[in-house]
Amino acid sequence: MRIKTIAEYKNEGKEPEILFWVGCAGSFDARAKKVSAAFVKILNAAGVSFAILGNEESCTGDPARRAGNEFLYQMSALQNIETLKSYEIKKIVSTCPHCYNTLKNEYPKLGGEFEVVHHTQLIQTLIEDGRLTIEGGKFEGKRITYHDSCYMGRVNGEYEAPRSLLSKLDVDIIEMDRHKSTGLCCGAGGAQMFKEDEPGDKRINQDRVEEALEQSPDIVTANCPFCITMLLDGIKGKEKQEEVMVLDLSELIVEANNL
Amino acid sequence: MIQQIVFILIAAITFFFAFKQYSKIVRNIRLGKSEKISGNVGDRIKNVALIAFGQKKMFKRWIPAIMHLFIYVAFLFTQIELIEIIIDGTFGIHRFFGDKLGALYNVIINSIEFLSVGAFVATIVFLARRNLLKLPRFTMAEMKGWPFKDGNLILIGELLLLMGIFSMNGSDVVLQQVDPDHFKNTGHLLVSSHLGPALFGGLSESALHLIERSGWWLHIMVVFGFINYLPHSKHLHIFFAFPNVYFDKLQPRGEMSNMPEIMNEVKSMMGLTEGGDEEMNEDIPEFGSKDVFDLSWKNILEAYTCTECGRCSSVCPANVTGKKLSPRKIMMDIRDRADVIGNNLDSGSEEFKKDKSKPLNADNYEDGKSLFDSITKEEIYACTSCNACVEACPVLINPLEPILEMRRYDILTMSEGPSDWLPMFNSIENGGAVWQMPDSRDQWAQDFNSEKA
Repeated sequence: MRIKTIAEYKNEGKEPEILFWVGCAGSFDARAKKVSAAFVKILNAAGVSFAILGNEESCTGDPARRAGNEFLYQMSALQNIETLKSYEIKKIVSTCPHCYNTLKNEYPKLGGEFEVVHHTQLIQTLIEDGRLTIEGGKFEGKRITYHDSCYMGRVNGEYEAPRSLLSKLDVDIIEMDRHKSTGLCCGAGGAQMFKEDEPGDKRINQDRVEEALEQSPDIVTANCPFCITMLLDGIKGKEKQEEVMVLDLSELIVEANNL
Repeated sequence: MIQQIVFILIAAITFFFAFKQYSKIVRNIRLGKSEKISGNVGDRIKNVALIAFGQKKMFKRWIPAIMHLFIYVAFLFTQIELIEIIIDGTFGIHRFFGDKLGALYNVIINSIEFLSVGAFVATIVFLARRNLLKLPRFTMAEMKGWPFKDGNLILIGELLLLMGIFSMNGSDVVLQQVDPDHFKNTGHLLVSSHLGPALFGGLSESALHLIERSGWWLHIMVVFGFINYLPHSKHLHIFFAFPNVYFDKLQPRGEMSNMPEIMNEVKSMMGLTEGGDEEMNEDIPEFGSKDVFDLSWKNILEAYTCTECGRCSSVCPANVTGKKLSPRKIMMDIRDRADVIGNNLDSGSEEFKKDKSKPLNADNYEDGKSLFDSITKEEIYACTSCNACVEACPVLINPLEPILEMRRYDILTMSEGPSDWLPMFNSIENGGAVWQMPDSRDQWAQDFNSEKA
């Protein structure tokens, strides 16, 4: 299945099951684009009809808002809400916890009410509904740890969907000391991704990667494009990129199912 | 008789000054912006029962939680004894509840004795944590000076209270043998029935009376002292934790407060307002928070509720990697600033009037200072908004909100902030993405499609 925009669906007089909100990272970041593609493969495998906004999508405004630039946030958000409403969108899935949070928790105050899920949640539902089967066993013998993103974990209380996917892959998660509600931030949130750190002893991603490496993992899994960037950078800083992979949960599933 | 008069006088003075002090704190909280926090009464009561009364969030760290629980429950139970002391002191009687409550009295006193032993152990451990073990969260930069002394003073006060209880009960037990008419039989007491005879057995009756009275007076005087000390102390949480939990905003954690004035302006810019343009405010608007006047009253209540335990800062990713930001310090600075403004308003001094022709009040106040004098930009811009501090606080304080409100002031009102962010702002504004990219947004999908084909 080729990826279609919502405009194409509309022209065909059809309606997709769900809108895939790709986000800036998923659209432009070389690493996150692979996650977008992996997720699309899963959607196709499960027979989910989906659309993207394509060039009509723009930043949700999250980094602007958390940087303090409410004006810019409102401009982005109101524009997106107009677009989403014009296509009568009801359900949205996002691979980015920051987009997810803003769409789900902040757009309603601006008049944008949508049902919003994160891709790990949607994949879990697809499995529960019998639309997707995950082949276990592929990662047997691999040491895998999972990094909770702040915006899915602490902020939105979703600790279980990602872990349940990992258990479907027959993975025994090796938890870091700080996980679930005490999971350490990767250092990217609050628009930190877009500026230099304030002076300190070390970078936050360095601290987090040191903690992850204590578990001698083969794979560090995550569910956020910014976490993935931060963790990758930290692992490169330790010159461990040859030994330790940083993967989104969807990429594990693509590999397990040979999609 | 003289004792009664002295007691009533001291009690009256205590409550008079306490009333004045607590009124001042309520006034200081009201320096903040009014914000209606109501509704969901059921959820609020449930929160108070579980989180404030039941200390649910304390139990994320078991050992301190159990020790704190001893001190807390001992405090709750001792209230019964305190009521008795006030009745006894006022009417010149001894152990008023003694024969009123029957067997229950013995259970209550024994519970207090049992809990007090636990509280004693906990207090010693807490003193050791601060002074010998020097736990990092108690020795961070913002804990130097008064906050450090404050923490110790409270613990020493607790030890004095316990000394008072046990010397009072211990000598009482011995006196029950000597003067059973006045000293009613309390039954066997867990601690005092052993400690009393061991310490005070064989002393003269007058010496025993002196010890009993000293214990009684020590206990009540420390309590009276506490009541008037709390308004100046981190220990205010014993009262404020309850309203603070009750007035939690109960909104999703990921939702930043909306700014309707900006939303409406953007809407009218985009032609989204119904019924034409709304009238614009002609004043140069100020956005975000520069001072406590621009924070919500709830933020200030939170600042007064903070007991400086430092759980927030010990889990803050910026703080643990050596950055200057400490969420606890943010709350402490807000409280200190509210105190300063409150005291300046009380001084009535001309120098604090914005408009000299009008009377001094919160709306007509200017001292040339703001929160930015104590909270630096380096601190507010180090926050990742990860909510670890919010998650960690046992009494639902949210240090993230004032941090983000101060960012809003700096960015929106002052047009300042980290210059690193300008390219991101420009890209979002002009290209709708956080990065300036040559590709179109759907290029990845086109690539995916052509690969498939």
